[in-house]
Amino acid sequence: MATVPESVARLLEVALVGDLTVVDATGRPITYPLIPLWDGEKVYLTSSTLFSRKLEHIKGDPRVSLSITDPVATGGRLDRATIQGDARIIDADPHGGWERLLPIWEKKEPSIVLFLKARVALPLFFERALIELTPRRVLYWSDGNAASVPAVTVVGEEAA
Amino acid sequence: MRSTPELDARAGLDKLATYPFAVLTWVDDAGYPLSVAIEPTFESDRPAASFTAPAGLPVPTDREISLSGSHIRPQPGYGYDERRHVTVWGRASVVGERVTMTGGRAWGWDEAEVPFFEYSERSTGQSRKYFDALSRERGTPVKPRLSLGFLALRTTRLPFLTATIVPVVLGIAIAASHGSFDLATALLTVVGASLAQLAINVSNDVFDTAQGADDVNVTPTQFSGGSRVIQYGLVTFRQMATLGMALYLAAAVVGLALLAMRGSIELLVIGVVGFVVGLGYTAPPLKFVYRGLGEIAVAIGFGPLMLLGAYVVQTQGALRWEPFVASMPVALLVALILYVNEIPDRRADARAGKRTLPVRFSPATVVTGYRVAAATAYVVVALGVIAGILPMPTLLILLSIPLALRVSRGLLPNYDNPYGLMAVMGVNIKLHVVAGVTLIMAYAIVMLAAVLTPGVDLFLG
Repeated sequence: MATVPESVARLLEVALVGDLTVVDATGRPITYPLIPLWDGEKVYLTSSTLFSRKLEHIKGDPRVSLSITDPVATGGRLDRATIQGDARIIDADPHGGWERLLPIWEKKEPSIVLFLKARVALPLFFERALIELTPRRVLYWSDGNAASVPAVTVVGEEAA
Repeated sequence: MRSTPELDARAGLDKLATYPFAVLTWVDDAGYPLSVAIEPTFESDRPAASFTAPAGLPVPTDREISLSGSHIRPQPGYGYDERRHVTVWGRASVVGERVTMTGGRAWGWDEAEVPFFEYSERSTGQSRKYFDALSRERGTPVKPRLSLGFLALRTTRLPFLTATIVPVVLGIAIAASHGSFDLATALLTVVGASLAQLAINVSNDVFDTAQGADDVNVTPTQFSGGSRVIQYGLVTFRQMATLGMALYLAAAVVGLALLAMRGSIELLVIGVVGFVVGLGYTAPPLKFVYRGLGEIAVAIGFGPLMLLGAYVVQTQGALRWEPFVASMPVALLVALILYVNEIPDRRADARAGKRTLPVRFSPATVVTGYRVAAATAYVVVALGVIAGILPMPTLLILLSIPLALRVSRGLLPNYDNPYGLMAVMGVNIKLHVVAGVTLIMAYAIVMLAAVLTPGVDLFLG
């Protein structure tokens, strides 16, 4: 069941990069560019343990947002969206647990499969956690222009 | 250790000004981050940016906000490249429709400035910290993993065994051309020498870690900087030390077996000297590589010692000048592998007090040193042939000169680019193998000629 408006789901499907923002212990927002992986219901992102500060921040405060704003990363689309939601870290098996999302990742970054085959060269990069984002509120700018008031969708509790 | 260079607000805003738009972010009253794309203008006289307030989304002035920029270049069928991003934090002030953010601090990464592999290496401590926290959460150790095959490959640096195989097989081939060949001891020699090299590889990592050289190296490559299995938490220091000792022990057992089978005092001397040179390469008190003597130690160990060791096993102690002269080009070219591989490590080596030749000398001197040593390898063979010590087919080694020229030409342009240098290091390793194989082929020709054309002398003089 889709939990975000159709237009936002399409953005998530094509976006090569989105900006994940987490909140640190001091309440400061910290933004990380990551590949959004959309499975039709939830948004997933994945982070190497090498760059795991974001994971620590999420464990401290699960409230996050994901923005899709760059037309270069969305094949020229001008619409933009910000998804606010609750994140959960899935790191029971950092070695291979994240690989279930490899097919979606590969669609956006085909070279990742080649790199994975040579994981001996960069072993820690492939020790990874998944970030599962359950959308709560979606802001959507159909023209991508901040001068326009965004369409706001509050995602129902049943979607969680 | 920082994983990205320090960035102040001014520098951060200057970088942000190169992006076509910025993402304005703050934490809303419900505690969720909220982001919106805006097009800021940047003030030249102070670290500040201003922009039109986004419609319907009041920008707070009582908490930190941030402006971020990120960039990729899509590469269809591959993914993307040219990754960079920057974030500047500050406080907002609002006058009418206009919002101004005065920058306070900044953070970012640009792979053109810090290559991805270096960025990853600089972040190793963060990975360790995460695994430590996971271990505490679960009450049981959680560690990064590699499959056993990959782990063995990485831990022992198995692909570098060519450094042993080349001189040992050449020594056996020369002995065979002199009429001495025993298959069982030949195979045992290859196994024993390989175990000795693996022991050296592993123990080098142990001593380099103990002395801090591998920890401070943030630009390792597949050819330099050690196996890094300890730094990555894949193997503990104790496990690595145990493995090193086990490999030394196994090599010693094979060496003693060869000694018992061939009864050569020369082999005993070569084995003892080889052990001292191999262990003393990084181990205190000798620490040859820390004193700028690494190349000489490697040249001796993987040149005359390996080659003559293999030779005397076959001849049961008989020594001649020919294998010694033949070991010279092999020694020089294997030392040049280390020499070039030390170039990307030189800053970390200097910090760890490892005074290698690239640490001591300027790039121009190091490159000149390479050219002189490589040329000497070929001159020695030519002189050996002229003097009637080496057979004429050994001049086949000249076929490897184009590889030496490729390395020589590639050093200066890539001197400060460890990842550009990787291709050069690869060619340099290939040079040692190709040169060694041509010498082995030369002795195959000598043996073949002895059978097919017994009257033809392949030695001058």
